[in-house]
Amino acid sequence: MSGHDSKYFSTTKKGEIPELKEELNSQYKVSVLTRFASLCDLPRPWIGSCARIQIWARRWVPGASASRSAGLGLFSRGIWSCWEMAFCAGTAHFSVVLGPNELEFAEFSAGSDKRKDAVKKVIAAMTVGKDVSSLFTDVVNCMQTENLELKKLVYLYLINYAKSQPDLAILAVNTFVKDSQDSNPLIRALAVRTMGCIRVDKITEYLCDPLQRCLKDDDPYVRKTAAICVAKLYDINAELVEDRGFLEALKDLISDNNPMVVANAVAALAEIQDSSVRPIFEITSHTLSKLLTALNECTEWGQVFILDSLSRYKAADAREAENIVERVTPRLQHANCAVVLSAVKIILLQMELITSTDVVRNLCKKMAPPLVTLLSAEPEIQYVALRNINLIVQKRPTILAHEIKVFFCKYNDPIYVKMEKLEIMIKLASDRNIDQVLLEFKEYATEVDVDFVRKAVRAIGRCAIKLERAAERCISVLLELIKIKVNYVVQEAIIVIKDIFRRYPNTYESIIATLCESLDTLDEPEAKASMIWIIGEYAERIDNADELLESFLETFPEEPALVQLQLLTATVKLFLKKPTEGPQQMIQAVLNNATVETDNPDLRDRAYIYWRLLSTDPEAAKDVVLAEKPVISDDSNQLDSSLLDELLANISTLSSVYHKPPESFVSRVKAAPRADDEEFADTAETGYSESPSQGVDGASPSSSAGTSSNVHVKQPATASPPAPAAMPDLLGDLMGMDNAIVPVDEPAASSGPPLPVLLPSTTGQGLQISAQLTRRDGQIYYDISFENGTQGVLDGFMIQFNKNSFGLAAGEALQVPPLQPGASTRTLLLMVPFQNISPGAPTSLLQVAVKNNQQPVWYFNDKIPLHVFFGEDGKMERAGFLEGWKSLPDDHEFTKEFPSSVISSIDATVERFAASNVFFIAKRKNANMDVLYLSAKMPRGIPFLIEITAAVGAPGVKCAVKTPNKEMVPVFFEAMEALTK
Amino acid sequence: MPVAASAIYFLNLRGDVLINRLYRDDVGYVVPYWAWSGRSRDPGRASVVARGIPSILRERPMEVRSVELKMGGRPRGNMVDAFRMHIMQTKELGTCPVRQIGGCSFLYMRISNVYIVIVVSSNANVACAFKFVVEAVALFKSYFGGAFDEDAIRNNFVLIYELLDEIMDFGYPQNLSPEILKLYITQEGVRSPFSSKPSDKPVPNATLQVTGAVGWRREGLVYKKNEVFLDIVESVNLLMSSKGSVLRCDVTGKILMKCFLSGMPDLKLGLNDKIGLEKEAQLKSRPAKSGKTIELDDVTFHQCVNLTRFNSEKTVSFVPPDGEFELMKYRITEGVNLPFRVLPTIKELGRTRMEINVKVKSVFGAKMFALGVVVKVPVPKQTAKTSFQTTSGKAKYNASIDSLVWKIRKFPGQTEATMSAEVELISTMGEKKSWNRPPIQMEFQVPMFTASGLRVRFLKVWEKSGYNTVEWVRYITRAGSYEIRC
Repeated sequence: MSGHDSKYFSTTKKGEIPELKEELNSQYKVSVLTRFASLCDLPRPWIGSCARIQIWARRWVPGASASRSAGLGLFSRGIWSCWEMAFCAGTAHFSVVLGPNELEFAEFSAGSDKRKDAVKKVIAAMTVGKDVSSLFTDVVNCMQTENLELKKLVYLYLINYAKSQPDLAILAVNTFVKDSQDSNPLIRALAVRTMGCIRVDKITEYLCDPLQRCLKDDDPYVRKTAAICVAKLYDINAELVEDRGFLEALKDLISDNNPMVVANAVAALAEIQDSSVRPIFEITSHTLSKLLTALNECTEWGQVFILDSLSRYKAADAREAENIVERVTPRLQHANCAVVLSAVKIILLQMELITSTDVVRNLCKKMAPPLVTLLSAEPEIQYVALRNINLIVQKRPTILAHEIKVFFCKYNDPIYVKMEKLEIMIKLASDRNIDQVLLEFKEYATEVDVDFVRKAVRAIGRCAIKLERAAERCISVLLELIKIKVNYVVQEAIIVIKDIFRRYPNTYESIIATLCESLDTLDEPEAKASMIWIIGEYAERIDNADELLESFLETFPEEPALVQLQLLTATVKLFLKKPTEGPQQMIQAVLNNATVETDNPDLRDRAYIYWRLLSTDPEAAKDVVLAEKPVISDDSNQLDSSLLDELLANISTLSSVYHKPPESFVSRVKAAPRADDEEFADTAETGYSESPSQGVDGASPSSSAGTSSNVHVKQPATASPPAPAAMPDLLGDLMGMDNAIVPVDEPAASSGPPLPVLLPSTTGQGLQISAQLTRRDGQIYYDISFENGTQGVLDGFMIQFNKNSFGLAAGEALQVPPLQPGASTRTLLLMVPFQNISPGAPTSLLQVAVKNNQQPVWYFNDKIPLHVFFGEDGKMERAGFLEGWKSLPDDHEFTKEFPSSVISSIDATVERFAASNVFFIAKRKNANMDVLYLSAKMPRGIPFLIEITAAVGAPGVKCAVKTPNKEMVPVFFEAMEALTK
Repeated sequence: MPVAASAIYFLNLRGDVLINRLYRDDVGYVVPYWAWSGRSRDPGRASVVARGIPSILRERPMEVRSVELKMGGRPRGNMVDAFRMHIMQTKELGTCPVRQIGGCSFLYMRISNVYIVIVVSSNANVACAFKFVVEAVALFKSYFGGAFDEDAIRNNFVLIYELLDEIMDFGYPQNLSPEILKLYITQEGVRSPFSSKPSDKPVPNATLQVTGAVGWRREGLVYKKNEVFLDIVESVNLLMSSKGSVLRCDVTGKILMKCFLSGMPDLKLGLNDKIGLEKEAQLKSRPAKSGKTIELDDVTFHQCVNLTRFNSEKTVSFVPPDGEFELMKYRITEGVNLPFRVLPTIKELGRTRMEINVKVKSVFGAKMFALGVVVKVPVPKQTAKTSFQTTSGKAKYNASIDSLVWKIRKFPGQTEATMSAEVELISTMGEKKSWNRPPIQMEFQVPMFTASGLRVRFLKVWEKSGYNTVEWVRYITRAGSYEIRC
């Protein structure tokens, strides 16, 4: 019969729904007609047609409109004529004549079979995307059947359409409840499984009792289905699950004697934990041993569930970690790639704790072969494995150090596999294997796929930058490739050679002549820009540098911005190096072009800076433009260690494939427990406090930040504060210095909460220093107190701050009176931000040095709480907040939980936030959670849009933030955590 | 999170849905613009959609929204439309099997003329998802009896729905063992091989077997003759440089087993691998037997093999599933016996002529022979005319794969064969790019030969009734990706 399902696709056509309805209900009519047929002594196959025609005829005569169309449907499909023909031709030809419609006549041997076929047709229509929801009642009527197959079909229909007919869906409840008590465990499980899939509130209510029974069912098949069903229910209505004690029942199932039940219970609990902020499923050492035991017995998928939830467990010490690893290691031999990857994840996590180097080395050795074996799986799985190996290699390069050959590309590998292999080859390249690797790269550079070829060429350059000793060999390979004269190879080679020049200045310039030969073939902006950079940088060594640049200048207005910027800089360099007439004319033309005739603000700004520099002080210009450049390094280990650790904890998940933390791509839908939609919409509408405030334009700060950082990068880094006199406005603006410095003249007047001790008296030889950054009246102060525990008088206190991410520096001299033994003093020191900014990602580290006339210099570290920068103007109105939130892309959103923070009162928290210039915008209630919306603003207009989710009184606060400045986020979270404590 | 899928779609190459199943509610409506636009046709659906998204955040960034607006129409079609629009109809197709569109991630695989697309919105376990698809396809094939393609899906959609319901629950893969599923999911087309007629009543203890510790074997099997067939199938992968040095060479082998054994037998398999033998000698405090041993780089086992025991005792012991299954896979890189050596010489004589000379030597035992030897020598696209001379087999030019294809039906051991060909090219103007030479590829099978040298030493069967079993062992070596650069 397997060939028969296909017919449903052809027979289910437009306008047939009324007819299907007919069929669904036709059981009794058939029996009547069968009797009628027997009276007429017709052969059985005729009865069907008889039935149809009889139905048609009966309905036709009264003329009900619906059945009229049904009749027409039959008629149009030629059944009527077939009937006539068959009647004339006799039984022998019947099936031949009726070929296409054979099905219609074979349909009824018993009532349920006929209905089954009708339901099949309905499902077929559903599959091809037809809306058959109007048949809801009729299909549900078929639900009460002994036929398991028919029942499954009806259930399938219900899953798809219950939501659109919530009122009718209730009709099904009775049967569900009855089925959940059936003697056949398959039916019991089916009923519970299906009920969980129907997300209609009214049905959910009725699900509880059957679910409770099934969780304690004798049959493990039912229990394992019920376990998953709890997770489904939690997704629909979390409160219900907690109220009815399903969580406890689920936890009991962890001790079940059936491994599959254990595995599903673990999966369900892990999922519930994921969507809850409260601790629900915590693995203790007791559950740990149970899970490790179940691991040996359950199915491959069960092993994945268990391993994945074990990866959250933090072992207490090295011994426990070793123990876990020992139990997990055998899984590396499993044929299922998901089991292997999850086992690798646990081993890598626990390895952090293991101190014995022997054990670690041994584990590394054990992990290598299974990882390599993953590369013989399906290409898609290979891809997942390779993305993960990429991470693993970054963390523990030794694991695969000797396996580089397995990453050599096969000719038939899909392109995505080749690209990933290439990436890993670069990471594994070492002085030992570089010759082999270079040969491979060279081979790849002659392949067909352009993207792959480009990447291969770039890989050679990256190896050169990574391995100093191999640089020369890499360059010779690049030169060989340039000689092939394939356009895109040449261009790519020039781009990487520029980087090699940056890495090894004054080493390989002899090849410039070769590069210049292919000058006129360059047509890609990046290659052009690189070539121009090379010409500008080495203008003094290229005899005809001015001619070469001039040839580019002809098309200056049409070039893309990237090339224009490089041309501008290169011409300035040329002029500074060879201040002759030719370059002088060129520079005039370029500056004119770049200031007057362009509408690109980046280009114009840079041109003006150069212009002013050149016109005020050419020597200073030389210092700025021709300054020594910082050496670049290879970026192939680009992930920073905290992100890498997070990704490694997510091995084999999407996060590890995207190389992004989960919260950056997982939609928020899952995060919060759901509340009823209507209710929650209402509270959201009314919950906002209607207070007027300044809106914040979310777009402008990001664009201005982008511009300024652009200038910063392109300029030589060592020369940031030159010639402030030439353009005080500009720089002043950029650095936010326009607020006047007001010295405070009441140093001893400060008092307030006790300050954290930063230099205990034991380290300070009796001097104790406590300090904290605070914000008062729109200014930042360092609230610092000294306690003299020495035997003598201390005087001449001075303070200094190291470069820090926010450029905080003392805005006045420290005024501390001579301190008598046993005396203490407290003072406020005005701080000025953005003075001497240390590069790199922002951190909250503030290094402070204090000295006095009697003691050596004391150093200590403090933290910069980000909220001291939050301006008083950070309040947003609701619309501004909404708009800001919308205008920021999703990857600017970050979430973090502060598990130890507790909010005991909303009002107090809001007040505390407001005191730190984190302003309350709105709140709403979501189930038992309170959600607060807040805003804050940094100088330079960086807004923070904040959402705080917490249950009052319970530990655990979730904080989500959106901001144009992603770099600030870690520091921001530190500050928020401090504020919620 | 071990969730593997929120929804699974089977599409044909045009992008029509053949069948689909939604396991979770979090996809299917990526970012439902009707949730706030007031165009909701269906309040029930909309309310589900809007839950959990704070109303102030319901509007999403432009990019996602534009996708939605363009999609329009039926919510269920959305995912498919997104896949069609952003993957199938773009150059993206085939560039990456995991893609994010809007808030959802699409994991897709192509199997014959069907795309299988898994959609998830959480941080799902990708490895699990792809493995699930692979296993599900194997399961469908076992039900359909062979092919898995568009027609097979259309012809069996009810069965597939039923299976999809059974093998995955709420996105979590459940038992996918064909042997067990066939106990209680029996469509008319599929007759259980054990019962002569399909019965409506499921096997009474089916549920226990699905979840049982031996979830892959049913109880109460009886065979008149107890037999085990072992097939050792090896694929040799080779990458050789044009100068004849081996760049990469490994063997991936698998042991396929066909079991017709009564009861619940315990099996133990012994191979001539070094570690296993040493361990055995150590356990029995007896010097290791001499003879050729091999070193397995890595082994993976079917879920029936007791991994803990393998780890401690290095023995492969298991209760096998009934019928055919893949017992283990292994990989070897050291000491591989390459069955063939290929020595190509390609001369480009001017711009319009090439001379190709390929010599193939068989280096396995003289009593053995290889079957179905095919050597594919790539030639440039602008090939116009070819002429051949071969010492054995037939050669011809296949324009669709731009290769000379040289076939030798039977190739005895310790012999050699040569093909010399002359290729005339159409001279093309302005074709600056020189022809990049793809590698020569080779296909073959050598029965009774293992490139790794692996041998089965014993296969012991214990069953409480103590019956005798007959064991059959076959070896075969095939070409995996056997590439010689030229």
